[in-house]
Amino acid sequence: MSDCIISLQGVTKEFGTKGGKVVALRDINLDIERGDSFGIIGLSGAGKSTLVRTINLLEQPTEGKVLFDGNVLTGLRSRDLNLHRRKISMIFQQFNLLMQRDAIGNICFPMEIAGVPKAEARARAEELLKVVDLEDRAHSFPSQLSGGQKQRVAIARALASDPEVILCDEATSALDPKTTRSILKLLRQINEERGITLVVITHEMGVIKQLCNKVAVIENGEIVEQGDVDEVFTKPKTRAARKLFFPDSEDRETAETRTATKNRLRLVFNEKTAYKPIISNMILETGEPVNLLYANLDALLDEQIGQMVICLSDNKEAAERQKAYLIKEGVDFTEIPEDSDYYDYPLHGFGEEVTE
Amino acid sequence: MDTGTLVSLLGEGLLQTLYMTVLGTLMSYVIGLPIGVSLIVTGPNGIRPVAIYNKVMGFIVNVIRSVPFLILMIALMPYIRKVIGTGIGTSATTAALVVAAAPFVARLVEQSLLEVDPGVIEAAQAMGAGNFQIIRKVLLLEARPSLLNGAAVATINILGYSAMAGIVGGGGLGDLAIRYGLYRFQPSIMWITIIVLVILVQILQEAGIRLAARMDNRIN
Repeated sequence: MSDCIISLQGVTKEFGTKGGKVVALRDINLDIERGDSFGIIGLSGAGKSTLVRTINLLEQPTEGKVLFDGNVLTGLRSRDLNLHRRKISMIFQQFNLLMQRDAIGNICFPMEIAGVPKAEARARAEELLKVVDLEDRAHSFPSQLSGGQKQRVAIARALASDPEVILCDEATSALDPKTTRSILKLLRQINEERGITLVVITHEMGVIKQLCNKVAVIENGEIVEQGDVDEVFTKPKTRAARKLFFPDSEDRETAETRTATKNRLRLVFNEKTAYKPIISNMILETGEPVNLLYANLDALLDEQIGQMVICLSDNKEAAERQKAYLIKEGVDFTEIPEDSDYYDYPLHGFGEEVTE
Repeated sequence: MDTGTLVSLLGEGLLQTLYMTVLGTLMSYVIGLPIGVSLIVTGPNGIRPVAIYNKVMGFIVNVIRSVPFLILMIALMPYIRKVIGTGIGTSATTAALVVAAAPFVARLVEQSLLEVDPGVIEAAQAMGAGNFQIIRKVLLLEARPSLLNGAAVATINILGYSAMAGIVGGGGLGDLAIRYGLYRFQPSIMWITIIVLVILVQILQEAGIRLAARMDNRIN
């Protein structure tokens, strides 16, 4: 049996509003294994924030069970729930630090709540300031810190209670790209070195790619797809997932260029093929032009993954030679049917080993 | 009236006023602060919503606040006499002050606590903090600057009430102004008490603002 630390079973959440009932989460089943860095991605309004908040019962599910480390959290008395909550830390988009306490005071806060003796808490807080690289800002107040520094204090605070899990609710969405990278690096380090399970809520694919090994895609309150990040990323099965992985493609192309072109292929490059000049060699070898419609290259937990949409020659025989070349080079590809958006078609036959 | 008598009259009046203001404010907070906290905690977005308590307590606070202080004081006189033995003088006035000011203080406290970022409260809940820990360590401490500003407003208000009580023999500077300035046609005494009151209010307001700013870690 797998070592499951968080398990949501049939979780449904409804909100009563003036306009009637709104279903924010619908029958969510989710198992997160110990040590995972589990990403939950979705567009705003998909329900991802509600989902993460049901894990520590900040949001009470209308139906279903939440298990943490084998214990059922739903239905517990608040005193017992609070004991479990100390093992599930949380960091937030808006940091949520106490404005009237300095950095070290903020880090001591969860230990105060848990009744850790003052001197011991202080020593541990100083230790944690080093972990997040802020030893010189121990007595700065949040108003004197930058966004990135505030999130570092929040991360140190999250570590203070020696948690099993850290829930990250859009933890980098208020930060600039450079600071985002450094915070993601810190979180990854915490996940890898301390074995702390991360649950990462985000609307940005980049965050998932840099931080997570598992991902679930949520849309309209339902999990539509989940699995290993490289699986889901290279072989997305649902439209929701593909839309997240082809960001802005709708803005960059007109409906005509998306659908009118024939003979389109979607190529996926892995770490073996990403560095080779496949396309230029294909042109040289076959003597046939290729039209490039979309391309990007990404680091997936430091592995290069690329995808490309190209348009082959109109000449049927030439197109066959081009495909043969790709097979020879070991590049995964699928044909995109005419009249469909390239991010909006089922990936038939995808994932079979291509023999050389 | 010679200067010596005037000075001793003013001194006595000032002391009585300070006594009523300080004691009245303290006791108003002893009652009003917990009520204010309870209104926030039991409110619809509070950490422990109790709709019935919140509605009833809110209603009581509003009822008392809607009665003008002088009328409330006169209405309360017989009851105050029963409880503390006298219906006039500084002690009776202080008792009336507390009844009138505690609901006002409760609303001030409620307003201050409303300013606390709900995200910070949520963070504390996520850490496993109990409701009393959240009240003590998050609500009251995060709202401290605003609470101190509110306390200055409350003190000045209570000072004003205490002066008003002079009309029914409440003691203090207001009493002095009415007895000498109005009944004995000595407007100079009335003006002197007014000046003393103005100075008192200035000192209190300034002290409140400075203390609140010094206690606020968001600015420096």
